[in-house]
Amino acid sequence: MSDGTGAPETGDYMTDTRPIAQGEAGPGCRKRDPIVVAKQVTRRFGGINAVDVDYLEIPRHKITALIGPNGAGKTTFFNLLTGFDQPNSGEWTFDGHPLSGVSSYKVARMGMIRTFQLTKVMGKLTVLENMRLGAADQPGERLFKALFRNLWGGREREITEQANVLLQKFKLDTKRDDYAASLSGGQRKLLEMARSLMARPKLVMLDEPMAGVNPALTQSLLEHIKNLKAEGMSVLFVEHDMQMVRYIADWVVVMAEGKVVAEGPPAEVMKDQAVIDAYLGAHHDVDLGETEGVQALEAELARDDESVVGTEDEGIIGQHLTEQDGRAEDSGKDEG
Amino acid sequence: MDFLNILSGALGEIISPTTAAYALGALGLAVHFGYTGLLNFGQAGFMAMGAYGLAISTLTFNAPFWVGVLVGLVLSVLFAFLLGIPTLRLRADYLAIVTIAAAEIIRYVVTTNRLTDITGSAGGLNGFTNGFYALNPFPEGRYNLLFVTLSYRDLWVRVAAWALVALCCVLVWLLMRSPWGRVLKGIREDENAVRSLGKNVYSYKMQSLVIGGMFGALAGILFTLPRSSVQPANYGTELTFFLWTCLLLGGAATVLGPVLGAMMFWVVLSLTQGLLFGAIEAGYITFITTTQAGQLRFIMVGVALMLLMIFRPQGVLGNKKEMAFT
Repeated sequence: MSDGTGAPETGDYMTDTRPIAQGEAGPGCRKRDPIVVAKQVTRRFGGINAVDVDYLEIPRHKITALIGPNGAGKTTFFNLLTGFDQPNSGEWTFDGHPLSGVSSYKVARMGMIRTFQLTKVMGKLTVLENMRLGAADQPGERLFKALFRNLWGGREREITEQANVLLQKFKLDTKRDDYAASLSGGQRKLLEMARSLMARPKLVMLDEPMAGVNPALTQSLLEHIKNLKAEGMSVLFVEHDMQMVRYIADWVVVMAEGKVVAEGPPAEVMKDQAVIDAYLGAHHDVDLGETEGVQALEAELARDDESVVGTEDEGIIGQHLTEQDGRAEDSGKDEG
Repeated sequence: MDFLNILSGALGEIISPTTAAYALGALGLAVHFGYTGLLNFGQAGFMAMGAYGLAISTLTFNAPFWVGVLVGLVLSVLFAFLLGIPTLRLRADYLAIVTIAAAEIIRYVVTTNRLTDITGSAGGLNGFTNGFYALNPFPEGRYNLLFVTLSYRDLWVRVAAWALVALCCVLVWLLMRSPWGRVLKGIREDENAVRSLGKNVYSYKMQSLVIGGMFGALAGILFTLPRSSVQPANYGTELTFFLWTCLLLGGAATVLGPVLGAMMFWVVLSLTQGLLFGAIEAGYITFITTTQAGQLRFIMVGVALMLLMIFRPQGVLGNKKEMAFT
């Protein structure tokens, strides 16, 4: 094994319960066996620090969730790690190789393959061709060898075999010869994920794998992600769905305003006050669908000094909006 | 009106060397646009590279024909690098802007009076094709094909031109069925996705630009051979857009589409010319002159292209699911 820390043999990654962090879990903590190490990575857009990560390690052979509110810099951080965007400063390594300034296709060749938040499939290629495109080491992708089928036909058969196995796993085998443009949004997510596995990556980076996927498909996608770990891959994914994060993540990294504000095992991170404030909101457990829930929240907010509820400035937040809303009076005059 | 004459003239266009040149130029555009998604609006510039490369190396340096062809190809490769290096990392539109401007720059440079000794300025260059006709394997005489009679020189230039077109078609077919072609098509669909799969997108785009550009240079040479002359006025932007017309008529992401498109383009032009001129001379049409009729043909081509884009955007041979001009 490359990590040299006596990691279990393939197949045992699921039952490996040794602690992921060395010592106390917290923002920037050291991991027992990191696959990605990022130091002082920053990216500014105008005056805004979109990403300002001081220190972060992604554990090997684990599923790591990257969560945070919209605009926290998760996707930008993804782009920086994979070479799709250049940081203003910072350095990071993958599997011990420094990656600063390395172009995105070389990052992918090293075994760090990403998917996109807005799914990118080649619509006017068939599903099978999409899959084949993901494979590495096809000599026929070189111009002069491309002319002679005997030079690449053998590898093409191997690739097709591999693609068929993956398509079957992802239940896309009936769609093999369809154009990818004819797939539904969820199927495209599946195809993109399957395609990223064609090159047998070491680290799979999934940007919102569940976005737009129908709930019936969610369960099978979750199983696929878990299986990646069983097969010895590491996974880093961005997700908003807390249920999913709780269900499959071994480790959770929370970002807010470009910074890593918390990290740790999911159960502990969800209890962290910084996370609750930054991401879930202080009143995440209120059910706004019920009248009692709203009233309870109002009562609670009225006691809160920082809240406007219960004061004269509450505006349209409070329940008595018709009395305070100027437009309601105007419309009353019109009627009169 | 002599319909038989008009018809045989139109059919003769199918195998004319100019049609072959258009087919080859459009095939280059198919590699660029149909398969890779590159918007090259400067194919006339690549053609000028081939034509002037051959003419100047033959006339100024007394080089043999094959060396002249080679010089034309090398020039087109350099032209492709010059255009591609700054623009292929950017969005597709930038290549379009740069190519259309660069092709015009080429045309203005060869028209410059100070270069008259080398480029012949606006008058162009003549008499550099002896090397090509010296290779003619056909014995002197006239040859009767089905609907046309050709001199041995005309026959040779047609055979050579279409053999070259066939060779290039086979080459494109071999390339596009290969994994290399698959990467190009992937780039056409979404270059970031291809990049995320570990392919060097920039290098593939450059290879595509060079190959299509070399086809352009060969097309430029084919275009000059029957005329034995090269004139800058022939390499204006309208040549590029005629090639695009041929490409879109036939089908952008097909091997034979550009060839069929070029044939259709020239047959239609020749037929309409014959019919309109015949009708005017015979007095059936009185409200336009023959000069105006010449312009009217291109208006009709434009209308035909519009109708095609509306009702069959994938071209005659194209697969609507795979490639439609949207």
